[in-house]
Amino acid sequence: MFEPFQDEFLRRAIVEMTLIAVTGGALGCWVVLYRLSYAAESLAHSIFPGLVLAAIAGVPLLLGGAPAILLAALAIAAVSRVPGVSREAAVGVVVTTMFGLGTLLALSPSSPPGLQGILFGDILGPSDGDLVAAAALAVVVAIGLTLVHARLLTGGFDRAAARSLGASPGIAEAVLMTLLAAAIVVAVQGLGNLLVVAVFVGPAAAARQLTERIAPMIGLAIAIAVLAGLVGLYLSYYAGTAGGASIALAIVAAYLLSLPLGGLLRGPRSSEAATSEATIV
Amino acid sequence: MQAEPLIEADGLAVGYGSAAAISGVGFSLRPGERMALLGPNGGGKTTLLRALLGELTPMLGELRVSVRCATVPQTERSRLDYPVSALDVAAMGALSRLPWWRRPGRRDREVAMEALRLVDLSDLAGETYGKLSGGQRQRVLIARGLVQDAKVLLLDEPFASLDRPSSERLEALIRSLAAEGRSIVIATHDLEQARRWDSVLCINRSQIAAGSPADVLDVGVLEATYGGAIVELPGPGGRAILPPHHHH
Repeated sequence: MFEPFQDEFLRRAIVEMTLIAVTGGALGCWVVLYRLSYAAESLAHSIFPGLVLAAIAGVPLLLGGAPAILLAALAIAAVSRVPGVSREAAVGVVVTTMFGLGTLLALSPSSPPGLQGILFGDILGPSDGDLVAAAALAVVVAIGLTLVHARLLTGGFDRAAARSLGASPGIAEAVLMTLLAAAIVVAVQGLGNLLVVAVFVGPAAAARQLTERIAPMIGLAIAIAVLAGLVGLYLSYYAGTAGGASIALAIVAAYLLSLPLGGLLRGPRSSEAATSEATIV
Repeated sequence: MQAEPLIEADGLAVGYGSAAAISGVGFSLRPGERMALLGPNGGGKTTLLRALLGELTPMLGELRVSVRCATVPQTERSRLDYPVSALDVAAMGALSRLPWWRRPGRRDREVAMEALRLVDLSDLAGETYGKLSGGQRQRVLIARGLVQDAKVLLLDEPFASLDRPSSERLEALIRSLAAEGRSIVIATHDLEQARRWDSVLCINRSQIAAGSPADVLDVGVLEATYGGAIVELPGPGGRAILPPHHHH
């Protein structure tokens, strides 16, 4: 069982994946509660051209991803101001444009090999820089989310009343989106452009099935993400499957398992609530 | 009832952008006063409540609000699939007193628990908010307003989806809060209930009438308020007049 730990590559992969899992699990709870899954997936796809350009230039992918995500966010804001264009449509237009641009660049003759790594990630080969970025991100996300926790909770519950409660929902949401964008840019190198969204949606969605409170939801989401990361890496090690895809599949499996488990947990609780309600009203 | 008014409006117009949604509003609200706010859907009730909360600034006229107001929105507007307990929701009322990075602490949760006790929900404090009945959720939101230490509570159609026992319970709670000196503004479609409060404000894009229910609630005022679209029903001891979208 500990054999994979002897392998230097895999040890580094486990560290990288655990850091990404902590970030993804915690941020993911707000992604799920604020119904931002589509936005998260779109942000991930929209940085594709930046990643390809970075690969062509031979610089760290982070340097291409960061400006691309900023450009995408600004473009979405601009397009959604066009009268008659909904925010969702704006996201769709910008993301397909960006992804199409990235594909054009990636398939050009000057493009170096390694497109697969950008699309599907390279969790088994993190550089020292990748590990430092993932660790720094985990710390920043933990601090950021702790600071705006009460505001996020209140804004997500009832946005219209949040302002009169002094919760300034706009600021909390801006912090959330900034952290999400940064997390995607960092995590995309390990899990890939197409699969990264799994870690921001799956563990939190599974945790939501298992608990009715925010603090245990965050704890469970992190635990599920870390565990699914380990299972995926073990699967990849022993079965020789692709790292990022194995992790994504393990996350999906955790979500599928949470559905019947959540039903079992909720069953007795719902009838108890109904009884107490009947006696009170 | 001759204490200084907590809220005074005079020739008030409020709206969005450059268009006024309501105009010519003038009334005063004293401590312990329960005021019914009557008007058709789209007649400007919510706009007026938002102005009282300070979310919209007057375009014309004057509005003096000398105390903190708290909103008690319709409970369907909040998320029922959200992982919070009744106590968590009540404790949200403490946020405005805390610096932006702080979350409600033990002291704030004690205050929230006390507020839940006042609305008779202390034994359901740990229950998930979305699992409570409509009436219970309404009382949790009132408790949140009490945690805000609001002297004026603004209730937006609180009786809209309540059954009779829940309605009576909420009405008794409103009565006891008023007896403590809190003022309550109740946006409602229920004319019979409005007759039991201390005052009535009728608006339909502009103010139709304001005053005591006995002085204000006659057929002419109601026709002007509801655009003539009212029906008259025979009721016990006389006539009852109901707007057509009563109990939507």
